[in-house]
Formats: sequence, C-alpha cells, structure tokens
Amino acid sequence: MIIGKYLPGHSIWHKLDPRSKLITVSLFVISCFLVGYWQALVALAGLELLGILATRLPLGYFLKSLRPILFFVFLTVGLQVLFNRQGEIIFEFGFFAITDEGIGNGLFMALRLIIVVLVSTILTLTTKPSDLTLALESLFSPLRAIKFPVAEMALMIAIALRFVPTLFEETQKILKSQASRGVDITEGKIRDKVSQLISLLVPLFVLSFKRAENLANAMEVRGYVPGMARSSINLLKWKGQDSILVIGAIAIFALSLWL
Amino acid sequence: MDIRFKGVSHIYNQKTPLEVRVLHNVDLEIKKGQFTAIVGHTGSGKSTLIQHMNALLKPTHGEVCIGEKVIRENEKAKNLKAVRQKVGLVFQFPEYQLFEETVEKDIMFGPMNYGMSAENAQKRAKEVLQIVGLDEAFSNASPFGLSGGQMRRVAIAGILAMDPDVLILDEPTAGLDPHGQKEIMNIFKELHEIHKKTIILVSHDMDLVSEYAQHMIVMHRGKVKLTGSPKEVFKNSQELEDCGITLPIPARNYQRIAEKLGLPLNDVPLTVDEFIDRIAALSFKGGA
Ligand SMILES: Nc1ncnc2c1ncn2[C@@H]1O[C@H](COP(=O)(O)OP(=O)(O)O)[C@@H](O)[C@H]1O
Ligand SMILES: [Mg+2]
Repeated sequence: MIIGKYLPGHSIWHKLDPRSKLITVSLFVISCFLVGYWQALVALAGLELLGILATRLPLGYFLKSLRPILFFVFLTVGLQVLFNRQGEIIFEFGFFAITDEGIGNGLFMALRLIIVVLVSTILTLTTKPSDLTLALESLFSPLRAIKFPVAEMALMIAIALRFVPTLFEETQKILKSQASRGVDITEGKIRDKVSQLISLLVPLFVLSFKRAENLANAMEVRGYVPGMARSSINLLKWKGQDSILVIGAIAIFALSLWL
Repeated sequence: MDIRFKGVSHIYNQKTPLEVRVLHNVDLEIKKGQFTAIVGHTGSGKSTLIQHMNALLKPTHGEVCIGEKVIRENEKAKNLKAVRQKVGLVFQFPEYQLFEETVEKDIMFGPMNYGMSAENAQKRAKEVLQIVGLDEAFSNASPFGLSGGQMRRVAIAGILAMDPDVLILDEPTAGLDPHGQKEIMNIFKELHEIHKKTIILVSHDMDLVSEYAQHMIVMHRGKVKLTGSPKEVFKNSQELEDCGITLPIPARNYQRIAEKLGLPLNDVPLTVDEFIDRIAALSFKGGA
C-alpha cells in the first residue's frame, strides 16, 4: 500500500537521517500495540500530532492517507461493537448485544489503527524512497553475516520504488492514448469494459517488460555483478538530532512496556 | 472545425507542493484546413497545449473552443467522446497504444468504440492501411512483430480510422531514420491535400516544418512567442534563437554565404529548392 508520496520540504523531519526516522517510527508503532490504556494511547496520539505539525505539510495529505484504511476502521469498530459480549449490555437485539466494553474496544482499536497509519505517513511523506532503501540496507547490513543478500534486496526495493512513478505516468499516457480512440470508462456494457481494460493492460505489460529488459542490459554493460561490494553516492549522515529522536523513541517504547 | 484558445493557462498538480504552471495565457487560432506546425524547445508546453485540443486536459484558466464546443475549467462538459472523434490525437511514440492480436483488429478498435459495425470497421481498416502505406498483407500480422516505423503507421491508422476532421500529431517523426521521416510526412501531406484534413504537427525538425507547414506557432516556456507562415516566422532569427530554435539547414547555409558576400540577410530561403534557386540566380548574376 502506498501510504503517501514523498513531498519535498524543509522541516526538521525532512532533515533527519532516514535511519533514525525508520527506527523511531517502528518503535512508535510497536508502542501503540503494547499500550492497553486509553490514557496512554491518547498520549501517543498527542505526541504524534506534534510530530505531524512539525512536518509543516498541509494536514490534508495526512487525512488523505487515511482514506484507504477507512474501511478497516469501520470494520474493526463494527465487529467489536456487534460481537463483543463482555461488559454491560446497553442494547440487545436477538443474537446481537451491544455492550459498553464492545464500543470501548472498537474505538480503541480504531484509534490505534489511525495512529499507526499516520505515523507511517510522516515517514513516507518526508523521506525520499531512495533514502528509505538506503536506510533499510544500512539497518539490515548485520544480516550479511548470515549470508542474507541485503544489498540485492535493497536494490530490488529501490528499483521497484523507482518505477512506481514511471509506471503511473505510463498508465496515464496509455489511458489518454486510448481515450483518444474513444475509450470512455464511465460508459459501455460489461463486455466493452473488458476490452477497454485489455487496451490498457496489454500496452502496460509490453512496456514494463521492455523496460525491464533495457534496465537489465544497462546494468550489465555498466558492470553490475550481483553480490559485489558496492558504494553509494548518497551517504547517510547521523547527527545529534537523530540520536535525540531515537533516545526519545526508546523512552516512549520503554514506558509503554512498563505501563 | 476551427480551434480557438482564449487566455488559456494550465497548471499541473494545482494546490500541491508539486504545482507547475505550464501554459501562460495562451491565445491562438487554428483554422479549418490549415497545416499548422507547433514548435518549441523540450518542456515548452507543446504536448500540454495539444492535449487541450481534444479535451484530454481542461484549461485551469481561460477557455478552449473546439468547433462549437467550449471547454472551461469548472464545467462538466458532456460528450467529450464526440470531440475526440472529430479531433484525432496521435501521441508521441503511439506504437505503445497497440494491444490487439492483429493489425486490422487494432485499427478497428477506435471506430468500433464509436459504434461502427465490425463489417464497416473492417472496410475502414483496409482503407486507412492503404493511406499510411502499408500492404494489405499486414492486416492479419501481429502488431508486436512489426518494425518501429511500421508500428507507428499502424497506430496512426488507428486514429485515422475514426475519420477525424482534425489530426494532431505529437512529434510523429521522433526516432525514425530520415527516409522513414520523409515517408511519414508525405502521409500527412496527402491527408491535408487530398483528404482535406486540418493537420496540427508538433515537431523539432525545422527542415520538415518549413517544407510542409503553412502556419507556425512558436512556444517558449508556456507562452506563444511567434505565429505566422514559416516565411514570416523564420525572419525573426534572433527571437527564435532565444527560444532555442535554429533555422532550417538551407537558411543557415544561405546566411553564411550571404554574410561572406555581403548580401541582405532578411529574406533567406527555407527549403533546399529555394536555396538552389537562389544560388542559381546568384551565379547567373555573377556570370553575367
Ligand atoms: N502530467 C504532468 N504532471 C506534471 N508536470 C507535467 C506533466 N506533463 C508535463 N509536465 C511538465 O510540463 C512541462 C511541459 O511539458 P510538455 O507539455 O510535455 O512540453 P513539450 O511537449 O514541449 O516538451 C514540463 O516541464 C513537464 O515536466
Ligand atoms: Mg512533448
């Protein structure tokens, strides 16, 4: 799921090392799942709100990132409310019983889900995908000791991320080309819709395979050999602010373990 | 069918940090039956401009009139599909729009989207294949087995099959060898002269433009800088240079000769034929 696309900016979040952001966000997410009290979760939500404000990005982007999970939020609340039979019954209707605990649990889980998605959104909105892969590669590099192909994994992720916008552009272009040939997705019978979908998918596949082949050739002629040691032009720089952030995250994590 | 732009601006990704203003207050008019060339540096907004001409993009400000139809930002225009049949747009590298199993089926796709029967569409496919200079034997070939130039012709045929009044071509000669370029340009010439289509050509190649176009629109950073016949436009060599456009090769060669000989520089020949006439006239004078 693409939670958010990178937006350039000059906030503190944009300047932090992607590794510290990745660690912090991961710890924060785990903390959210550890805490069991309303007070603690609301405190985490408050902290997160400060974090969101510090990105200095329009709030609309964060709201937008919630749209894809809205369904899950309602589903969680709905299931909890309808099927949780613990606590005091407020309302009973045949097989279903709505209890105070059911409502409370439902809302608690929904809030937790929202917090988790929003904190990931902070990360993806303020970090370039290429930096994120570098951070992953750097953080997972100890796994090399057990022969895990860290660099190859990172490269695969980097290539996949690199081609998401390209694929998106290409889709737009093919959509427009076929619209020029009378394709109008809003009308037509099911049968027409199928052939319209094919008119989009076939060119997209053909292009993707062509691209993959070109890329493989380009990498080969430039001497790419899987598994060889590689250097990177973008070096990550860990600064004081990164240490402070991570220490803060560890503190939150420890607190939520303890509470 | 005339196409008119009145104060058209276009902004991509409006109200986001990625906002870019690509067209600035563009006014222009393209008359029925004209062969117009749109030229300009890469990124000057040519492709954005032409996508307004068949309502694939809507202006952020101003209005675009396509025949009777007026397109403005906040209007849900109905029947854009009909506009796109009248104004056929062939994108850059159109070969990427091919998807059917056979060339014929792919060409039939457009007309059938507009409700033509399979039988008539098939007839139509045969006609347009001939117009783009492909043998009937290609009908049942897979479009993916063709050469680059042949694929492009099939794609152009796919648009022509809808019988548009206006044909827009975005850099149709890009990536073809000089011979292929010439062949493709001659298709458009025939469509213009024999089939009386309005042709709008986006091109980088000033030699082709000066040879084929009657009217030119020069774009620079999203604005229309110059318009007029190639003869008029190429007189402004200084402005053209500022827009990153060089004169056709015969014009450049003539300029150098004229500079050496101290001849007037304001009326330069644009095509090879004009160039030869001019030089012939010179040597005649010189010989006399
Ligand atoms: N879909 C798009 N989204 C954002 N920017 C775009 C889009 N299409 C084009 N642009 C930008 O608009 C400018 C003009 O592009 P374009 O109209 O393609 O110019 P040209 O065809 O003259 O090369 C370029 O700077 C390009 O990056
Ligand atoms: Mg272009």
